[in-house]
Amino acid sequence: MLNTLITPHNYPGKLFVVEGIDGSGKTTQLGLLAKWLTAAGHRVFVTEWNSSALVKAATKTGKKKNALTPMTFSLLHATDFADRLLYKIIPPLKAGMIVLADRYTYTAFSRDVARGVDKQWVRDLYSFAVQPDLAVYFRVPIDVSLDRLMARRVKLKFYEAGMDMGWSSNPVESFRLFQSKVLSEYDSLVNEFGLSVIDASGSITDQQRVFRDMVSRSIEPPAKAHEVKS
Amino acid sequence: MSEDRGAHGGVTPGHYYGHGLPYLSIDNYPGRIIAIEGTDGIGRSTQIRLLREWLEVRGYGVVETGWTRSPLMQPTIEIAKSSNTLNKLTFTLLYACDFADRLEKEIIPALKAGFIVLADRYIFTAIARAGVRGIDREWIRQLYGFAIAPHLTFYLKIDADALARRVLERGGMDYWESGMDMKAGDDIYENFRTYQRQLLKEYASMADEFGFRMLDAKKSVNAIQDELRRQIGEFLGSDSPGRM
Repeated sequence: MLNTLITPHNYPGKLFVVEGIDGSGKTTQLGLLAKWLTAAGHRVFVTEWNSSALVKAATKTGKKKNALTPMTFSLLHATDFADRLLYKIIPPLKAGMIVLADRYTYTAFSRDVARGVDKQWVRDLYSFAVQPDLAVYFRVPIDVSLDRLMARRVKLKFYEAGMDMGWSSNPVESFRLFQSKVLSEYDSLVNEFGLSVIDASGSITDQQRVFRDMVSRSIEPPAKAHEVKS
Repeated sequence: MSEDRGAHGGVTPGHYYGHGLPYLSIDNYPGRIIAIEGTDGIGRSTQIRLLREWLEVRGYGVVETGWTRSPLMQPTIEIAKSSNTLNKLTFTLLYACDFADRLEKEIIPALKAGFIVLADRYIFTAIARAGVRGIDREWIRQLYGFAIAPHLTFYLKIDADALARRVLERGGMDYWESGMDMKAGDDIYENFRTYQRQLLKEYASMADEFGFRMLDAKKSVNAIQDELRRQIGEFLGSDSPGRM
């Protein structure tokens, strides 16, 4: 079985991925990175986890009725991913663009396994994915992420807090229990898939500096269209 | 890569093919799964209706499950089919999701409660269709590693020409049954024959692997039903609650 997730791709574009639990600040970091890359003249495309129109209906129905099992949850997200991979990720990579993915297969590897889906099965499932040029894991303690979510007055969502597992009827307690398992799965992915780790409890600016350093090591400066040779 | 953990033959009926659902143990469930496989328009639903009647008269509780009938996925699959946004990979994954939903919500609870589950198509249709469409055969078998091996799998066998005549008599060829998504051309009759011929070949290649019991679909409805009842009766043996 071909496993393209662990085989370098040959597309002219670059794929950069951010990972981390809710409240790790990865979306903020990705947004700042996109600004910087765009300002430097790169053509950038951003794609988010679970955002394809195709499976939105099913995810919504399932979430509303709390009808998703760990397995259907996993397969729906894989369907969404496959749809985005083929329509949103591979075409810009072929066109030589930079694709920024807010969560990637590693989210499935940590969340689905935390829900009790078999570890090897979910890795086989995603073996059709494209290997990122860089995958950065924003590592943060549960308490810091909870403080951030609370400060933003975010209402903890049913599945994000792992309420479907029935471990606690208190959303905060459930979030703590579930996300702790997700965190320990993430930690084991660092070596397995060579994720780069950024300490996400530091300042936003410090993290962004480290992130930009990592990214600049794997891209060449864009060809300047206006540069005239004299 | 653990090659032996996918949906392959040699698995004890009533057990998971591969990794299964680690959070859901199904050991010693009293129910039975009987799957009827075969391509489109082959007469599966007629046979299942007759079987259900016969089994219930003999005192067995029967639950039916059919392809793409899960409440969770049916609307999505319909939308996706009508809007042509499916590619072979999302097609395959949506079907797997539909199957997973029915497995956990219908099939496993029925097995636990001692029902006979009559499956109008099982995972084999999905595996055959994916194979024809160029999906990695090992990958699709790994994917369905969470399925339970049926106790009996019957395959209604036919050749592409006889099938074409039967489907035309029934009311015509449909877009998906003709593999039109594979974009071979606009001639639906030729596409139907080419596609179904490939599909039948794929099913045939799976017969030994998954222990299909072959039935000649060109025989009469009654003759096929008699054969089904004979083999199922033999399998269920003397534990029929109907025997006095």
